[in-house]
Amino acid sequence: MAVKVRIPTPLQRITNGQGEVACEGKTVSDLLTDLERRYPGIRERICDETGKLRRFVNVFVNEEDIRFLQGDQTPLKDGDDVSIIPAIAGGA
Amino acid sequence: MSLSESQIERYGRQLILPEVGAQGQQRLAQAKVLVIGAGGLGSPAALYLAAAGVGTLGLVDREAVELSNLHRQILHTTRDIGQPKTASAAARLTSLNPEVAVHALQTALSAENAAGLLAPYDAILDGADNLPTRYLVNDACVLLDKPLVHGGIVGFDGQLMTILPRRSACFRCVFPEPPSPGEIPSCQQAGVLGPVAGVIGALMAQEALKLLLGAGEPLAGRLLTFHGRRSAFREVPVRRDPGCAVCGDAPAIRTLQALEPVCYEKGSDPSRTMVSTDGV
Repeated sequence: MAVKVRIPTPLQRITNGQGEVACEGKTVSDLLTDLERRYPGIRERICDETGKLRRFVNVFVNEEDIRFLQGDQTPLKDGDDVSIIPAIAGGA
Repeated sequence: MSLSESQIERYGRQLILPEVGAQGQQRLAQAKVLVIGAGGLGSPAALYLAAAGVGTLGLVDREAVELSNLHRQILHTTRDIGQPKTASAAARLTSLNPEVAVHALQTALSAENAAGLLAPYDAILDGADNLPTRYLVNDACVLLDKPLVHGGIVGFDGQLMTILPRRSACFRCVFPEPPSPGEIPSCQQAGVLGPVAGVIGALMAQEALKLLLGAGEPLAGRLLTFHGRRSAFREVPVRRDPGCAVCGDAPAIRTLQALEPVCYEKGSDPSRTMVSTDGV
């Protein structure tokens, strides 16, 4: 079951320049594990050492913030659309 | 106050819009907008606000114009290199529209001076170059109840969001805390394509004009993302978080907190050289 994951600009270095990748997982947590398997090093940019989402990064499933769903246990189904959106520092 | 003949000519193409008119134009003339950062985003935003006849524009920046700024910071020219950015910006904006009063605030925004700097203004535009300043601006706007337009750019991409304190999601509702020192592995300067600053900066000016005119629908409760490689916009709804540290039901932040720099250039004065970080 494939889920579309939208990768933010700063992490596209890890996904070989791809802004969208296909991954699998029954939950957001599973998905992040699969994402790490395909693109080693990406998970630590999104989650801290305890596995929790970093506080300046947000994940949306089908445009809904997972913090208002079931967090990283939010269930996923085939065809879902997951966006990883960090706070952007740059402006100058 | 009625409009002069030259004002009617200068602003004619926006005056004929039903959302503007003479009344709207006068409202703009009386409005005060503060632009944080006279750089990539601040340049197009301030140019459009000055051109539109916003009566008072404040500009906060601590830096001097450098050659490497000029591919994107269109307020400044080659001749301005070495000048304080706010002075260079003020000269450019005044020559564009002498009716605008420009306040050049050549200083670093801090927890100590933020409330005083923001207080006189009706709306704030955040085009800062680092996350700690962005959280500080957000917190200050919530505490002072000032509408805030947030913009960010990196690479070919950008993001934009309007914050109506306690009515729509604030920056912390979406991104609860800045990174702690050392949390971001690398702190190299992030690259950006010049026109991305134009796209997002122009939209920031548009949001500000809408707020001042009471026109249209603000980009509040929505986070707009721009994907320049595909020339596409997307948006996600963002909700107020009742647990938000600054605008939630029981806020932990009641006064402004000192900035915690995220990273420094090695071997240089930290107070001067907080570099852009890319957020993750």
